[in-house]
Amino acid sequence: MTALLEIKGLHAEIAGGRKIIQGLDLTVNKGEIHAIMGPNGAGKSTLSYVLAGKPGYEITAGEVYLNGEDLLAMEADERAAKGVFLAFQYPLEIPGVATLTFLRAAFNAQRKARGEEELSSPDLIKRVREIAKTLNIDADMLKRPLNVGFSGGEKKRNETLQMALLQPSLCVLDETDSGLDIDALKVVANGVNALRSAERGMIVITHYQRLLDYIVPDIVHVFAAGRIVRTGGADLARELEATGYAQYQSEAA
Amino acid sequence: MAAVQETIDRVKGIDVDQYRYGFETQIESEKAPKGLSEDTIRFISAKKNEPAWMLEWRLEAYRRWLTMTEPTWARVGYPKIDYQDLYYYSAPKPKKKVASLDEIDPEILKTYEKLGIPLREVELLEGVERPSAAVETEDGEAAAPRTKIAVDAVFDSVSVATTFKEELKKAGVIFMPISEALREHPDLVQKYLGTVVPTTDNYFATLNSAVFSDGSFVYIPPGVRCPMELSTYFRINERNTGQFERTLIIADKGAYVSYLEGCTAPQRDENQLHAAVVELVALDDAEIKYSTVQNWYPGNSEGVGGIYNFVTKRGDCRGANSKISWTQVETGSAITWKYPSCILRGDNSSGEFYSIAISNGFQQVDSGTKMIHLGKNTSSRIISKGIAAGKSQNTYRGLVSAHRKASGARNFTACDSLLIGDKCGAHTVPYIEAKNSSAVFEHEATTSKISEDVLFYCIQRGLSQEEAVGLVVNGFVKDVLQQLPMEFAVEAQKLISISLEGSVG
Repeated sequence: MTALLEIKGLHAEIAGGRKIIQGLDLTVNKGEIHAIMGPNGAGKSTLSYVLAGKPGYEITAGEVYLNGEDLLAMEADERAAKGVFLAFQYPLEIPGVATLTFLRAAFNAQRKARGEEELSSPDLIKRVREIAKTLNIDADMLKRPLNVGFSGGEKKRNETLQMALLQPSLCVLDETDSGLDIDALKVVANGVNALRSAERGMIVITHYQRLLDYIVPDIVHVFAAGRIVRTGGADLARELEATGYAQYQSEAA
Repeated sequence: MAAVQETIDRVKGIDVDQYRYGFETQIESEKAPKGLSEDTIRFISAKKNEPAWMLEWRLEAYRRWLTMTEPTWARVGYPKIDYQDLYYYSAPKPKKKVASLDEIDPEILKTYEKLGIPLREVELLEGVERPSAAVETEDGEAAAPRTKIAVDAVFDSVSVATTFKEELKKAGVIFMPISEALREHPDLVQKYLGTVVPTTDNYFATLNSAVFSDGSFVYIPPGVRCPMELSTYFRINERNTGQFERTLIIADKGAYVSYLEGCTAPQRDENQLHAAVVELVALDDAEIKYSTVQNWYPGNSEGVGGIYNFVTKRGDCRGANSKISWTQVETGSAITWKYPSCILRGDNSSGEFYSIAISNGFQQVDSGTKMIHLGKNTSSRIISKGIAAGKSQNTYRGLVSAHRKASGARNFTACDSLLIGDKCGAHTVPYIEAKNSSAVFEHEATTSKISEDVLFYCIQRGLSQEEAVGLVVNGFVKDVLQQLPMEFAVEAQKLISISLEGSVG
């Protein structure tokens, strides 16, 4: 198996000096789905931001490689073009910009960055509509301004649509289950599962076992106080559902 | 936050010199002697072979102007202008009288070609190549209907070419340089000139009345829908030259016209004065739609140079059921002082003002509108979007007023401001006066900062910082962009992205 993502001895803090990630080691191979579970404030979302290159975090130690390339040396848009995709816990609203317009801008920006030819509008629209259909997204939603007035379910389906269109090599799903009812959860999970492939790796960040019933991980990590404190198979998630995170919090402290 | 700090650093290093139209055309020109006097005015009037009444009109304005003082109430600052240090007339030296486009100085033709302004009708007839980033219809598909646009090109003080004259003539539409109209249709010009913006109106309008050299004249006869968009393209080329154009548009009863105006100037270290006057007259049931994309040179990153754009634009809804609509996209000029207004004189008349004003670098914008409700059941609508970046100051100043007899007057105003970075300012100064108790005026205003989180969201999807800002801003101004004719909307969309380049880190 080839390593898609390698995180070695990572330490990161938020601007202002609060230490969030404290000595993280993690390797995600191609084709694997890793779940990261843990209590609030453990640094799970920070990990996703650090991987995606969000400004406002300082890396104080450690290395991160994507397909052997130094990820931390890249700008955020470069990382996106290299295949890092972050499905946001709270997708942002952009008034006046139709969802389809946003999709086209993102798709073609990544193509341009990779030196590939841009896709013509009709071809792109066709592709978007095909994916949208599988996620129960109707044409009307594609015309609406991005995420503006979208329900929780619509926002997460829209994130999944973007992910399916952009075909990233590393998907980081941050609390994708939050704000979803069970039906919406199934639709989103089906969309994510459709993207499982031998070439792609995923990190699924969640509090709850529930999401992992639908997106079944290969490996489950317990994340507490900024690092991984336990690693196991899919059954670890079910065990956590029963025992909670309390023991790990004290362990980490 | 590091993000904000980075933005600040980038804004500090901002370069407004993204100006694409800053080149200069090397041609011989004929100028009036420097400075302003009755002799200068006589010189201009003689150059234009104007009727005697026109010279008197100008001289009267000049004498009035001598008694006036420059207004200081706008939220703009600039060193005192030396009105004796300017040229008031500059024209490309003609080799002989120009009968067709082929005889125009090829340097001038090249200038317009570089600017993307088609002066050759044939190009338009065959359909100009469309930019790929066409404005989207609702479902995102690019739609660009082929339309013809008649162009009047004004180079420094004179009009150098007007296209589609013959075709327009067949429809009865008069579209020609105002200097020509003064000779060919003196009665029409005399009847309407100065009836919307009187020679005594304000310092800059009065100066314009004295020295205006050219501009466009449009007359649409009763019941005629102008068969194509009309447009004037203004270019200041000459150094130390003020541009004072005068535009007069009359839509007779039941007529309709859509008119576009574009402007650029070369990049220069000294400031240049542009004091134009635009008068619109809409008679009963007539409609005038006036769109501007103003892209005068804004000055460089240190705030040196750029155009002083002191413009008086006013429309008179003189007839019942008439309508005047102003749409403007303002991205250029060092200083903008401009308030396209509507006088809603006719009963049931309506006025609209849609504006996007973008300031970057050291630009200062003081712009807005006046909606003066005089007739019964008149309505007006104001949508203003101000975007301030760099160290610029962006002010919306507006007046909505209903007079005693204006029963049933209605206005809706929405002013939104967007700030990029923390060295710029946005200001809203609305004046609202209702002297009739039945008037209903609504005013909404918002000010927001472009959010780093939204930018990160876009960048995470692969957009560059600048593309992200362009996308967010274009979304912010969408309501107004939609009011522009298709070709202009595409141009404006690109212009907005260009003028914000380097505005964030």
